Amino acid sequence: MSSLGLQIMLVGALVGISSSFLGSFLVLRKNSMLSDAISHSILLGIILTYLVIKQTTGPLFIIGAALSGVVTVYLTEFITSTKRVKNDAAIGLVFPALFSIAVILINVYARDVHIDIDAVLFGEIGFIWLDTTAFLGLELPKSLISMSIITLINLAFISIFYKELKLSTFDEALAKALGFKPILLFYSLLTLTSVTAVTAFDAVGAILLVSFMIVPPAAAYLLTDKLWRMMAYGSLISLGSSVTGYYLALYWDVSIAGMMAVMTGIFLILAFLLSPHYGLIAQEIIRRNQRFANEERALLVHLFNHETSHHQNEENIVTALQEHLMWNGERSRNVLMRSLNENLIERDGEVLNLTLKGRAIALEIMQPWQKHFLNETNLNSK
Amino acid sequence: MSMPNSSHEPNLALHVEDLTVSYSSKPVLWDIDLDIPPGVLAAIVGPNGAGKSTLIKTVLGLIKPAAGHVYIYGKPYEKQRSIVGYVPQRSSVDWDFPTTAIDVVTMGLYGRLGWLKRPGKAEKQQAEEALTQVGMQDFAHRQISQLSGGQQQRVFLARALVQQADIYFMDEPMAGVDATTERAIINLLRNLRNQGKTVIVVHHDLSTVTSYFDWMLFLNVRTIAQGHVNDVYNAENLRAAYGDKVALLNQNPLSQNPGSALEPESTP
Repeated sequence: MSSLGLQIMLVGALVGISSSFLGSFLVLRKNSMLSDAISHSILLGIILTYLVIKQTTGPLFIIGAALSGVVTVYLTEFITSTKRVKNDAAIGLVFPALFSIAVILINVYARDVHIDIDAVLFGEIGFIWLDTTAFLGLELPKSLISMSIITLINLAFISIFYKELKLSTFDEALAKALGFKPILLFYSLLTLTSVTAVTAFDAVGAILLVSFMIVPPAAAYLLTDKLWRMMAYGSLISLGSSVTGYYLALYWDVSIAGMMAVMTGIFLILAFLLSPHYGLIAQEIIRRNQRFANEERALLVHLFNHETSHHQNEENIVTALQEHLMWNGERSRNVLMRSLNENLIERDGEVLNLTLKGRAIALEIMQPWQKHFLNETNLNSK
Repeated sequence: MSMPNSSHEPNLALHVEDLTVSYSSKPVLWDIDLDIPPGVLAAIVGPNGAGKSTLIKTVLGLIKPAAGHVYIYGKPYEKQRSIVGYVPQRSSVDWDFPTTAIDVVTMGLYGRLGWLKRPGKAEKQQAEEALTQVGMQDFAHRQISQLSGGQQQRVFLARALVQQADIYFMDEPMAGVDATTERAIINLLRNLRNQGKTVIVVHHDLSTVTSYFDWMLFLNVRTIAQGHVNDVYNAENLRAAYGDKVALLNQNPLSQNPGSALEPESTP
């Protein structure tokens, strides 16, 4: 593996990891699309800052450009607060406006600057080695260094304010009532989102950032019930997407940043299908088990209701199941087999009888108050 | 106007004067005067849109009033945060949030911890005790979306209990819970009251007001009536708060179940 490849993969992973920390909170706040809005409108910040300070690097440039992201959020919130436009529509109004102003400004004032539209949209992660600087005696791409710094800043912010961010995201009213500043935290989070977007702009451009910022946390959300794990899994997915995306891009000779973004999507689909609790397959298994359990309970209740009646010999026989419960042959056979296996019923010639275990389950369904009254004082009963 | 450092009505748990709140141009609360003495279990009752939740949120500084002021044990809320517990409506948060029951209860302690300090062993233990108080100790590490509505409400209560406040504000803690949980909750609230704490509850079920509470406020944008339940809960005030919807109550104003004459109130 060339050190060049390693550097590209590292930059991709750092974009994903630094974004996943912030993106987790955006996903949970249902503000995912704000990151897309920010990554588009920073183009306006980039071009305006360039026109003022005539450079495209350095902290001053990053802060100036990031301001436009914060302005986007502020405008969106302002338009929403008028209650004339819904939040998603407000986002749709603001960022295309700022983005299109930026495009016009580039056309008018920055013709002589090389701003390639492909680079604006998708970034040039494959060409990060064109712009290097000496760091600790090594000649490293500038974007690798700046992405490392922003990853550390984001990690520090999340670690320091983890408790406050969690409370403000889960229950903003309580956060405010307890004396915290959820609005200030929200704007800090989005300021860092803007700074991250500006820093990652050279590498992944305006469009792909959203797939680094939102998709890994969204996939991680399906895999865990703990907030810090959501961020950890999001980072791992970012790393995985970066490495696999790089090699697949080389193999197929396609855009590296594009392939990395595609891989985040692939990981999301995998999580969607295979997550142990919330995945499609796990859910299907749970549903199937519930259906099986309900069929068995229906059988038990049916047997229970006719147990003492004189129709027992007509109702509680195998053939009656097909006629009375309207189950076809195969289905009633399966229900019977499962119930016999689980020792819920026993067979006495043609007649089916409840076992003790089976009767207990039927009783619980048919006469729940018996158990209920016993546990009336016990809070755990429900 | 009172002096900045002196207390205003320190003998009242809650003192609200001339409070007006408006969204855009429409007043939601209109010149509310309200006094609640310490050590009572008080209900705030009124129809949909009466401003019950808004009143609580304004008291807690979540909504800025257009006019008027609020004092809790003689001081503004900002100075009394540590003695106030809050149970918002269950529907106000996203229960799919990746967190556990005990973690949510621990959040009640964040205020005391303040900025930056992390919850430790002591906080975890207090949270466990609060969960035990509401009978949820076995569910401490359950993801919160896996809890039933009644269980979620108990987690919310535990989160307020852990604050060890002197005055509690609860927004419909009995909405959408089963009968067992409702009984458990009211027992818990009575215990708090018996310990000398003040508990103020937005309540939607008229049929239980007289049996559950000892103090009440009829609210419908303005204050209709307030005081001891026995003095205030009558047909005249019911009609003033709810309008024609309680016409049926005329025949038997203090029947066992006056709530049956009303449409059930849904949580907004």
